[in-house]
Amino acid sequence: METVTLTIKNQPSLYLEADNISPDAFAGKSAENIAALHAYEGNTQTTLGDHFEISGKGGATATETRIIVNGDVSKVKYIGMKMTGGEIVVNGNPDMYVGAWMQGGKITVKGNVDAFAGTGMKGGEIVIDGDAGNYLGAAYRGDWRGMQGGKITVKGNAGSDIGTFMNGGEIVIGGDVDVHVATHAEGGKIVVKGNAKSRVGGQMVEGEIIVFGDIEVMMPGFIYRKDVDLEVDGISARFALYEGDIGERHRKRKGEVIYGKLYQKY
Amino acid sequence: MSEIIIKNGFVFDPLQGIRGDKVDIAIKDGKIVETTALTNPKTIDAAGMTVMAGGVDIHSHVVGPKVNTGRLFRPEEKLFQNIKKTGSRMEMGTSIPSVYKTGYDYARMGYSYVNEAAMPPLHSPHVHEEIRDTPIIDISAMPVFGNNWFSLEYLKNNEIENNAAYTAWLLRATRGFGIKIVNPGGSEAWGWGLNCANIHEPVPYFDVTPAQIITGSIETNEYLGLPHSIHIHPNNLGNPGNYVDTLETLKLAEGYTAKNAFGRTQVMHLTHLQFHAYGGEGFNFESKVPEIMDYVNSHDNITVDIGQVTLDETTTMTADGPFEHHLRAVNNLKWANVDVELETAAGVVPFVYSANNKANAVQWAIGLEIGLLAKDPMRTYITTDHPNAGPFTRYPRVIKWLMSQAAREAQMDAFKHRDKVIDVTNIAGIDRELTLYEIAQMTRAGTAKALGIADMYGGLAPGMDADVAIYNLNAESMPSDAEEIEKAFSRCAYMLKDGIVAVKDGEIVAEPAKRTIWVDVKVPENAQVNRDIYEHFLKHYSLKLENYSLFEEHLHNPRVIEVNAAE
Repeated sequence: METVTLTIKNQPSLYLEADNISPDAFAGKSAENIAALHAYEGNTQTTLGDHFEISGKGGATATETRIIVNGDVSKVKYIGMKMTGGEIVVNGNPDMYVGAWMQGGKITVKGNVDAFAGTGMKGGEIVIDGDAGNYLGAAYRGDWRGMQGGKITVKGNAGSDIGTFMNGGEIVIGGDVDVHVATHAEGGKIVVKGNAKSRVGGQMVEGEIIVFGDIEVMMPGFIYRKDVDLEVDGISARFALYEGDIGERHRKRKGEVIYGKLYQKY
Repeated sequence: MSEIIIKNGFVFDPLQGIRGDKVDIAIKDGKIVETTALTNPKTIDAAGMTVMAGGVDIHSHVVGPKVNTGRLFRPEEKLFQNIKKTGSRMEMGTSIPSVYKTGYDYARMGYSYVNEAAMPPLHSPHVHEEIRDTPIIDISAMPVFGNNWFSLEYLKNNEIENNAAYTAWLLRATRGFGIKIVNPGGSEAWGWGLNCANIHEPVPYFDVTPAQIITGSIETNEYLGLPHSIHIHPNNLGNPGNYVDTLETLKLAEGYTAKNAFGRTQVMHLTHLQFHAYGGEGFNFESKVPEIMDYVNSHDNITVDIGQVTLDETTTMTADGPFEHHLRAVNNLKWANVDVELETAAGVVPFVYSANNKANAVQWAIGLEIGLLAKDPMRTYITTDHPNAGPFTRYPRVIKWLMSQAAREAQMDAFKHRDKVIDVTNIAGIDRELTLYEIAQMTRAGTAKALGIADMYGGLAPGMDADVAIYNLNAESMPSDAEEIEKAFSRCAYMLKDGIVAVKDGEIVAEPAKRTIWVDVKVPENAQVNRDIYEHFLKHYSLKLENYSLFEEHLHNPRVIEVNAAE
């Protein structure tokens, strides 16, 4: 595996749209070629080389390429967008759309991410050591095709609207989450180790939400069914199972109505 | 002034009966002229190319509030897609392109005229503002009448003269083009959460049947002598078994003949027939195109357009409110619906037509059967009911399917449920391949004649607008690969609008002035209708009569078609 190291040298005065920071774009390229890849600052086209010190080279394919991003990248968007393989390590706090529409490979962020990380994600893994912003693993504005697969792990807290229109995959939040969890979801699994606020599972059709802590306000569309014993992330415990959202349509399987499932730990 | 001569091309002009002959087309000051009228023309060499008049689209949803609702509520459709700047303005969007992209894309395909299929009268200022901002192409817009309280009341009492006076007033108030009817009675019933199940069931609270609305509208239209006939989206769109209602609707035209000074011969244009030619029940629906086209072929006073499903992700939008509500329950995607006071009700729902879905594949086959079983291409037109069955930018693909059996078979082989689709349709047994002449009939000559504008658009006779499309297709040796046909019709070699080259090699090079076409009808003074209008506005509308009619500043570069029904 080859490694490319990007260290920010010139901060953009606006935000930098750098969807080319991806193993797919870097594969087979020298540091010089990578520096020539384009980025956008507002309506102006710039290059990665204008903003980053670049060393190393890409591997033969995306899978054999590892990217390390250093420095203050809080104004850099779209890192790892649509990547299909390989690895990205961000030593900083990137802006929006980290790993959006990602299909494979792994992104590790040793800091916090802003909103829309893992938007419409189809596969691969995102690990965030700090906190995540709003719309984690959600659908793009207006779209009904949210997270389809892969796994997102956040060690800290997450913002609001995580897993909106989620259809598959898994999101694990180590800390607390803000309002709106798995709104409109039709599949997938969200684990919240801390507390949730309100509107958990609103208009949920299918899928699972597991909350370890408190839910400040329960949705009226969720009904308590029974207690179950579950093992989640290596922790065995007793959970209360709620089903909903009863205000939504639900399909039947073998005569049985399939609801969204919300487990809350005792 | 500017003179152009287009030499050596294969000219297809059904209005003059020119079938691919090498005829020189002379242009002077924006009009087609005799070649002898030119003194020092610039030459466009169209050797090895096909020359037609600018395309005329009879039914497309390109401007107005529901189109804009679609644009607003589908930001995901603009994400990373089709964003570019080649003309003077940015382009974006796919099934509901921005106004600029709409104008540019039509021009790239060689179209110069588009008839907006549904204008909610109350929102005509919005419609006209978007017409102004859609570059290059001339646009007319038809106000919707089939659920309008005034018309329902006049037609219930068979007061044709009053309905005609109201129609003339509304055409002027909205700067409209003709009488559009959408799900007659049904969209009004939708205001009460209901629909009209068939054309003989009375509209709730109005005591008039859809059939009465339709025949009354035909009589109104012919009383006024409008350029276009009534333009109807019949009841029960999309419902399996609806071919019965469609045939009954078509039969309502029997006994009526066109009375007008514009060369139009039909009294009814039935639009997006594909959605109305279904037999069977539920998801087991089947093609009833042979039954319908037998009827259409043998009745000269009817025209139809196809509404071809193009197997794309698109955005449906129609003034058929109850249908859109039904569609929302089919795919569970987002939905917008609006009831426009006393006039109409519309809805918008995104929709994904997939080659893997049997129902969508059957719809695809039904659309093409309509084109292929048409005996008179001057009365059967290519549309996608843009954007309902697919975006208008797919016309070239529809043309490819109609012109090439191999292309149809390739598509059928790509269907997941190929054999099941073939079982319930007739497409596999049809080997007809339409000719360039027939395509010209279905896309410009026939549509211009049906719209009553064939003295200006749709042909290349001296005196007509110099709107010309030149396609990179050698009529004498057509490409063996049908993809080349689609490519040629997608990006024309040249498109001239009013004698100005607007497109060259598929790219926008100039943006000639565009017009708004509307119909101004003189009718005898009608005190009763004047009073009805005044009273309805006083009692029922949310705005005053003085603020309702389009203000002159909303009307962009008008071209008025004057009709005198007062004598």
